[in-house]
Amino acid sequence: MRTWSASIKRKLRLYWTMTKSLQTGLLLTTGLAGFMSARCPVINWQILLGMAGSLFLAISGSTVLNMWYDRDIDAKMKRTCWRPLPAAQVSPSEALLLGLALSALGIGWALGVDLLYGAIVFAGLFFDVVVYTIWLKRRTAWSIVWGGVSGGMPVLAGRALGLGTIDWIGVLLSLGVLLWIPTHILTFSMKYHDDYQAAGVPTFPAQYGFQATRWVIAISSIGAALAMGFAAYGVGMTVGYLRLMAVLSGGLLLLAAGSTLRPSERINFGLFKYASLYMLSAMLLMVIWGI
Amino acid sequence: MILTRKMTALDRVLLLAAGLLAAYIVVAGVEGMTLLALVSYTLAFGMLLVSGLLLIILGFEILESSLVVIISTMIPLSLSLGIIAQHWSAYSRVYLVVAVVGFLGVVITRLAAPGVASTVVLALVHGVAGILIFALPLFLSLSGRAQPGFALVGLGGALIGLVGVSLAFLKTGRPLVSKERILSFFPGLLLITTAAFVAGFLLNQ
Repeated sequence: MRTWSASIKRKLRLYWTMTKSLQTGLLLTTGLAGFMSARCPVINWQILLGMAGSLFLAISGSTVLNMWYDRDIDAKMKRTCWRPLPAAQVSPSEALLLGLALSALGIGWALGVDLLYGAIVFAGLFFDVVVYTIWLKRRTAWSIVWGGVSGGMPVLAGRALGLGTIDWIGVLLSLGVLLWIPTHILTFSMKYHDDYQAAGVPTFPAQYGFQATRWVIAISSIGAALAMGFAAYGVGMTVGYLRLMAVLSGGLLLLAAGSTLRPSERINFGLFKYASLYMLSAMLLMVIWGI
Repeated sequence: MILTRKMTALDRVLLLAAGLLAAYIVVAGVEGMTLLALVSYTLAFGMLLVSGLLLIILGFEILESSLVVIISTMIPLSLSLGIIAQHWSAYSRVYLVVAVVGFLGVVITRLAAPGVASTVVLALVHGVAGILIFALPLFLSLSGRAQPGFALVGLGGALIGLVGVSLAFLKTGRPLVSKERILSFFPGLLLITTAAFVAGFLLNQ
C-alpha cells in the first residue's frame, strides 16, 4: 500500500515538473489580471474559479504536449536533458496522453464557461503547440513571434471573459506580452547558446549575432513597456499606480540599455530575470488596483 | 574587490520588504508638493525599488557593477532634490543644475575614466547629496518648518550614508569593518532606511 502511494506521489511530481509550474503560473496570472482589469471587484467566484481552472489545465496541457514533441531536442541540451521524458522517467505515449487529456479538459471547461473565452484559449493552445512548436520552432528563429502570440492569449482571454467582447485594451495587453516574449526568450537563448546550437534549434543569436539580438531585446522591451503603459492608462489606473508602472518599466529599459551598450553575462541574466518579475508585477498591479 | 557573501532567504525578504515600502510611497505620493518634487521623489523611491529587485535577482555581486553605481547615485541626488524642491523651491533650479551636472559627472567618469577620478567624483556627489538629506530634514523639523516626524528622513539619510561610506572604504582597500559584516547588515539597514524615509514623509503630511 505504502509503495503504491509513493509511486503515485512520484508520478505526480514528474507530471508537475512537465507543466513548468513557474511559467504556467505567470501565464495564469496574466489571465487573471486580464479578467480582473475588466471586472473588479469580482462578484462571481464561480466564473473566476472556472477561468483559473480551465486556463491552468489548458496551459499545462500545451506545455506537456510541447515537451512530448520536443523530447529529442531536450535530450541534446544540458539544460533540459534531466526532464522526465528525455530521462525516460515518463514514456512518450504517457506524456502524449497526459497532454491531450489536460488540453481537452481545459478547452472543454473553457468553452463551458464562455464560448468567446474558450475560443481564445483554444487559439492560444493551437498557436503554441501546432504553429510554434510543431511547425516553426525547428525551421526559423522568427518562430518566437508565434510563441509570443500564444503567450498573449491568456490575458486577452481573461479580459474578453470579463467584458464579453474583445476591446483595444485587451489587444494592447496581449501585445505587451507578445513584445515582452523576445526579451524573455532571447536573453535565455543567449545564455544557453551552446545548448541550442547542439540541438540544432535556430535562434536569433545564432542567425543574426549577439549584438543584433541585444538591439532586438532593447526595442521589444521599449515596445512592451509602452503597450503595458497605454493598457494600464486605458484600464483607468490612477496616477499613483501609473507612476509605479512607469518605474518598473524604467528598470526594464535601463537593463535593456545596459545589456545593449555594456553587455555582460550578468546583465543579460539580470534582464532575463527582471523581465519575468516585470511582467508578474505589472499584472499583479492590475489585480491590486482592481481590488 | 570581490564580494563573495551569498544572499540568504532572510536577505531577500528584507530587500523585498524595502522594495514594497518604496513602491508604496511611489503609488501614494507625498501630498502638497511641486511637480519637480513629485518627479524627484518618484525617481528616488523608484530607484530604491529597482535596486532592491536587482539585488534580489543578482545577489551582492551586482554592487560592483557600474550600472548599479549609476543607479545608486540617482537615489540620493533625486531625494535631496525633492526635499529642496518641496521646502526651498527658490533654490530648486540651481540645485537641479548641480544634480544634473553631478550625475553626468558620475556617469562619464564611471564609463570613460574608471579609477581615482571616478571615485573622487562619486564621493563628492554622494557627500553633498547625503549631507543635504541628513541635515535639511533635521533643520526643518527643529525650526518648525516641517512636522517633527520629518526628522526621520534625516535619520534614514544618516543610515544610508553609513553604508555608503563603509562600501567606499572597502573599495579603497582600507575597510572600517569587514565586507562580510557590511553585507550581512546591508539588507536590514536598507529596510530600516527606507522605512525611515517613508515614515518621515508620511508624518510630514
